[in-house]
Amino acid sequence: MSEPFLTAQQLNVTLSRRHVLKEVSLTLERQRLVTLVGPNGAGKTTLLRALAGLLRSSGTVQVGGETLAALPLRERAKRFGYLPQGHMVHWPLPAWDIVALGRYPHGASDPEHLSAQDASAVMRAMQATGVLEFSQRPATELSGGERSRVALARVLAVEAPVILADEPTASLDPGYQIEVMRTLRTAADNGVLAIVVTHDLGLAARFSDIVLVMQDGRLVAQGPPAEALSERILAEVFRISAFRAGHEHQMIIVPWAGV
Amino acid sequence: MVTADVAAGRRTSVIVALVLLVALLTLASLAVGPVRLSPLAVVDALFGGGDEVQRVIVQEIRLPRAILGVAIGAILGLSGAALQGLLRNPLASPSLFGAPQSAAFGAVLVIALGLADVRSYALPVAAIVMAFLSVFMLLSVAGRNAGLLILILAGLAISSLAGAATALAMNLSSNPFVALEIAFWLLGSLADRNFRHVILAMPFILAGAAILFSQRSALRALSLGEETAQSLGVNVGVLRLVVIVGVALGVGGAVAVTGTIGFIGLIAPHLMRPLVGYDPGRLLLPSALSGAALLLAADVAVRIIPSTSDIKVGVLTSLIGVPFFLYLIVRERRALGGGVA
Repeated sequence: MSEPFLTAQQLNVTLSRRHVLKEVSLTLERQRLVTLVGPNGAGKTTLLRALAGLLRSSGTVQVGGETLAALPLRERAKRFGYLPQGHMVHWPLPAWDIVALGRYPHGASDPEHLSAQDASAVMRAMQATGVLEFSQRPATELSGGERSRVALARVLAVEAPVILADEPTASLDPGYQIEVMRTLRTAADNGVLAIVVTHDLGLAARFSDIVLVMQDGRLVAQGPPAEALSERILAEVFRISAFRAGHEHQMIIVPWAGV
Repeated sequence: MVTADVAAGRRTSVIVALVLLVALLTLASLAVGPVRLSPLAVVDALFGGGDEVQRVIVQEIRLPRAILGVAIGAILGLSGAALQGLLRNPLASPSLFGAPQSAAFGAVLVIALGLADVRSYALPVAAIVMAFLSVFMLLSVAGRNAGLLILILAGLAISSLAGAATALAMNLSSNPFVALEIAFWLLGSLADRNFRHVILAMPFILAGAAILFSQRSALRALSLGEETAQSLGVNVGVLRLVVIVGVALGVGGAVAVTGTIGFIGLIAPHLMRPLVGYDPGRLLLPSALSGAALLLAADVAVRIIPSTSDIKVGVLTSLIGVPFFLYLIVRERRALGGGVA
């Protein structure tokens, strides 16, 4: 068992007087793909943002043995690659420039004048997501699937030990969904702790080492997919029953009926 | 990246071309007026040659006007580009935050109260103070972590308030000549400015420009949205404050000596985007240069256009700028209606 890399203790977040995150504690190791599931409004995005230090929370987050609150913004940015929902780009910047912004925490401010080290990190990230071929095309001219891969490449380019991805497979066709999950799986296998929010229990069951289940601001289950996505949890949290099976050491869950 | 090199090369040539254009227009600005001078005579007079009259015309009357044209056009173009980058909205311009209108009110108040005449130092000082006050008011109304929509609405409210206060000051002014003086000054003009104006405005314009340029890579990161920029290590709250202070300094200093000259900040970045690309960081320098060229050209034009009384340059930029603004609204209509987050 490797040692914990990311821990949260008693995280509480209140947004406009609503208690969105309640007493969340967790301990996670590197080299894991962790999916975060739960009904709409359960607090999944809030938890990701609290872990990244993007909103004010009470409680402590420790990353790599250091307290998040004590780290300057730039140092936090080196530790977390954050992919928000919708991954918006406001101006038609070339894909290369967008991915190169992943090196911003490392002091690379100009995408056209990257150090050899930064440039190779950008190349690696773009190769991993297969977007190198359109590196000079403006992001606004790319398809939804291509744009999401560019956004993922930007997060990979940070080369942070932790990746926080908020619904990276939303509104993607099945081929891209699997591709995105495979990319994150590979990153995890190479040592990253990837925490991925998803509504797709099938993808969660199949790809993750650990599933975190949230309901009403609380973490109600965590563990390997078979355990965390038990029949009882699915019924209590999602109010569904599911078809369950195993295939090549991977778990299959297909939401089947309401209960 | 071969194509990236091509883009960089094109940007360099655009910048070189703009510098040449600004130099040419500066020369034109020194040559044009009631007494027309040849370019050679201008250069001669500039370096102390020619006759006494020509030296006075070029060095003391037209040179301050040309310098202010360059500096104020540049800071307006730069401010527009920085604000459009900050708000990620191509319809943003300095007047959006109410700073120029508030600066104008500060100056008008000084004139209306009879505290000083239009050539006094009190005038620009009041304008700069009001520009600062409007920014502080904007921030306290909108809140430190306010969304962009709230900032825009607060800016609109503040500029309306400044406009109303200015109208009130003119309304209540007992001396009709004072009202007339205010009106002419509000129209925005570079005419009859001397080196005292240059010295007074320049420190603020330079400080504002330096502050805005220093934020160029943070503005680039902001292209990915506030949340992502924050996750990349940009303190978005601080960035917003710094950009607004830079704009207030530059625009406050500018308005103080010329009155309100609108739409340069809106137009300049738009002219540059097709040539140098959309990167908000790379847009700053070309926008400043094209702003300088626009204002110089407008200021030369008002001296060439035959008319019985002299046309104010602020009127001309508005006449060109407003239709352009409407065109932009039509062009951006779908994007705006679709909801910009």
